[in-house]
Amino acid sequence: MIPELGQFALALALCLALAQGVLGIAGAARGDRIWMAAARPVTQGQFVFVAIAFGCLTYSFVTNDFSVSYVASHSNSALPLPYRIAGVWGGHEGSLLLWMLMLCVWMTAVTVFSRHLPDEMVARVLGVMGLVSIGFLLFMLFTSNPFLRLFPIPPDGRDLNPLLQDPGMVMHPPMLYMGYVGFSVAFAFAIAALLAGRLDATWARWSRPWTTVAWAFLTVGIALGSWWAYYELGWGGWWFWDPVENASFMPWLIGTALIHSLAVTEKRGSFRSWTVLLAIFAFALSLLGTFLVRSGVLTSVHAFATDPARGVFILIFLSVVIGGSLLLFASRTARIGLGGGFEPVSRESFLLTNNVLLAAATGSVLLGTLYPLALDALGLGKISVGPPYFDAVFAAVMAPALFLMGVGPLARWKKASLPDLAVRLRWAFGVSVVAALLLPFALGQWSALVSLGLLLAIWIAASSVVQLRERVRNAASGAGVWARLATTPRAYYGMLLAHLGVAVFVVGVTLVKGYESERDVRMGPGDTVELGGYVFRFDGVREVNGPNYVAARAEIHVSREGKTMTRMYPEKRIYRVQNQPMTEAAIDPGFTRDLYVSLGDSLGPTQWVVRVQHKPFVDWIWGGCLLMALGGLLAASDRRYRVASSRAREQAYAAAPAR
Amino acid sequence: MMRYVLITAFVALVALLGVGLTLNPREVPSPLVGKPAPNFQLPQLHEPGKQFSQKDMLGKVWLLNVWASWCVTCREEHPVLVEFAKSGAAPLYGLNYKDERKDGIAWLKQFGDPYVLSAYDRDGRIGIDYGVYGVPETYVIDKKGVIRYKRIGALTPEILKNKVLPLVAELNKG
Amino acid sequence: MIAGGVAALAVSAALVLSAFQKNLVFFFTPTQVAANEAPQGRTFRIGGLVAPGSVKRRSDGVTVQFVVTDTAQNIPVVYQGILPDLFREGKGVVTQGRLGPDGVFQASEVLAKHDENYMPPEAADALKQAHGNGLNAAQKTLVVPGSGR
Repeated sequence: MIPELGQFALALALCLALAQGVLGIAGAARGDRIWMAAARPVTQGQFVFVAIAFGCLTYSFVTNDFSVSYVASHSNSALPLPYRIAGVWGGHEGSLLLWMLMLCVWMTAVTVFSRHLPDEMVARVLGVMGLVSIGFLLFMLFTSNPFLRLFPIPPDGRDLNPLLQDPGMVMHPPMLYMGYVGFSVAFAFAIAALLAGRLDATWARWSRPWTTVAWAFLTVGIALGSWWAYYELGWGGWWFWDPVENASFMPWLIGTALIHSLAVTEKRGSFRSWTVLLAIFAFALSLLGTFLVRSGVLTSVHAFATDPARGVFILIFLSVVIGGSLLLFASRTARIGLGGGFEPVSRESFLLTNNVLLAAATGSVLLGTLYPLALDALGLGKISVGPPYFDAVFAAVMAPALFLMGVGPLARWKKASLPDLAVRLRWAFGVSVVAALLLPFALGQWSALVSLGLLLAIWIAASSVVQLRERVRNAASGAGVWARLATTPRAYYGMLLAHLGVAVFVVGVTLVKGYESERDVRMGPGDTVELGGYVFRFDGVREVNGPNYVAARAEIHVSREGKTMTRMYPEKRIYRVQNQPMTEAAIDPGFTRDLYVSLGDSLGPTQWVVRVQHKPFVDWIWGGCLLMALGGLLAASDRRYRVASSRAREQAYAAAPAR
Repeated sequence: MMRYVLITAFVALVALLGVGLTLNPREVPSPLVGKPAPNFQLPQLHEPGKQFSQKDMLGKVWLLNVWASWCVTCREEHPVLVEFAKSGAAPLYGLNYKDERKDGIAWLKQFGDPYVLSAYDRDGRIGIDYGVYGVPETYVIDKKGVIRYKRIGALTPEILKNKVLPLVAELNKG
Repeated sequence: MIAGGVAALAVSAALVLSAFQKNLVFFFTPTQVAANEAPQGRTFRIGGLVAPGSVKRRSDGVTVQFVVTDTAQNIPVVYQGILPDLFREGKGVVTQGRLGPDGVFQASEVLAKHDENYMPPEAADALKQAHGNGLNAAQKTLVVPGSGR
């Protein structure tokens, strides 16, 4: 009964999505106030029904209703309750429902937080999102229904993939989807502006907080995925340039470009059509990611089980949504120009360079991800693109972008002077060069790459200090330093924090790449191995029972200079239902290093292969991502986005004749 | 100018992805179709002492269905097989793949046994010869022992009606 | 400025493409490797099944030898390190590395298949091709006694 209720709720949600699309877009086109006003409650109604459907599926999981095929495939009665709930998004159908729920959350947020926007704009935005929602609901109902029944009813379920039975995995998809789907808001604002025929600063200002929040979620989502891979896959890697990782990384890169481009459009009115294009691309790449993950065209540890009908559906959906947007774009913009005059040395041109670099990075990731598919499609053989390609290209493209992060925020709009910038930044530059040259010696061994990475990270941090100092000094005189700091807008602090996050991230990547070490050894009771100044002693293995697995758990005693530091317990688990072995690494985290021990194969009753790893500063990678996301949230919470500050301008917008 | 480049690039991308979709390795027709069914000699599931070989079936048109008690899709497919067995169109044999003997027997007891008998391939070695990518899979084998059709994934009533039954009827005539 | 931009773009495109060329990893089946179609001294991947009974460890416990087969041809592989959880005899595998002059594949990476219902399509492809070419060879290789699971 409950699953049928869920399915019925989805069908009703589809009807409301249709209504939302029509009322919003046609209402705005006809200038019909009543239609436009109706879009809001219809959107909220859709949210209620999708939430009911989601609740029904969760209920089926919690109550172990194995008559539902999806539950039988992704759960088991021995599965602990939190994982049964997380199992809701443990497979294709349920994760799509989660995706849909997120879309509804975003749409409802638009209805709630956009009261100060002109009705026409809101109606168009909701209309566009309604159309997106129709696509996903149809996709779910026709090819991926999570409520299908199974007969005869199996006595127990097939269990959730053991890899997914983990707290990180519980949070990773919701965060990632919040980001992916969040870009649909930026997309809807861009399309709404195109439909209205008005690409101007007001549109950019409305769109900014939404884009920034979506970007922050995506940042957290990607970081969680990377962290999960690090401790759950068991071998200490944190980024594999796997096609599915790339699929989430490309929208992030374009989203980052979009955030910066939106700033220029809002402040200076330049880059208008470029910004719209980025908004379309960010969402297009989110959809492309969905396609790559769910259609089975690419192979990856993350890919869902495949069904060609699904691939065809998403491909058609992608062509309609993105092809349509591009056609609309082509018909509404005279040319893809930059607009607004500015000199080659100016904040605009620095931001433009940053945009070009980010776009180039996205392009090279896209090339590496799709090229194997292209060769296969042309029958030229099977290939894969190695991580060294991505590493090399990425470092080369990002280094100048990181350097510009120090300069851009200090440069004037329209026209800046290089000598002037050089004078203002000379201390920051001096400090970072000296520190970058000397620090590697303190850490062990000097290498050019480590030095370069540190240079860029310290440069970003030092120039941020200069930026804040100048900002305070140039603020209205009279008040004290603290008062000036307090009046500095949150958006500014948000930017600084996010940029510092990048610096922290770069430190983490540089040092872990430069100084990490590992050893694979055969160990029996009492054997020791030394790594990074730590001595690891193998104290034997015993059997332990988990709720739905059995494990061999080793005890490793870790000491440094004769003093006991900690004990670590890596496991080799066998999950009973799927009879799948899993390496559960033991990690001793620290501010300056992680110790990482994993258990390989058993070589006899007491002998095991053991891998020990020493990973300096690895946690800074995720810490940096967290800072970036916090910076984004801080910036989005700036007053000026919340208060209907420039009512007059918006009134003027509403009053102007639409074309 | 720029916008035409954009749209052309997008169309090219969609075309590429479209071609990519058709490459799904599970959907490629099996190279085994038209070839003799690989040899095997396996103990039966219910009677470990007795053997079953594809040679026993020479002179008959028959179906070989690969299944396992741990496979959820098999459970969905099962009622279709039971119906098929009742129709008596062709004898249906099972290949119990990478399973525990007791689990397999219990499973058939619970859901009904549509098979004349099931061969027991615990290590999945015969499955490898037959190019089994996943479970379930079904083969139609003719009187000379040649594989004439292979289905990867569950059989559905439509596939039975449109593909399997006409093929069996035609093979029986010949 | 425009000329400078175009020049910079051209240089970076050239850099990207050369890095790209260097890092393409081609995939070969054991049959292709046996026919000397695979390049010597360059990294590539081979895929197929781990031949039952072929996995042996050297005394250091960390070096592993096994045979990758597409049921028509066998390629011996040596790998130093920890094998993935799902690596098992009789299961699909893809390994990346170089072919030594002695015909032994020196693997730097071993990727095992992900779950019971999934085989890396590359490995599946290798098997399909081999089946197309030599079914009888297939039977000879695979009736090797050994532990399957």
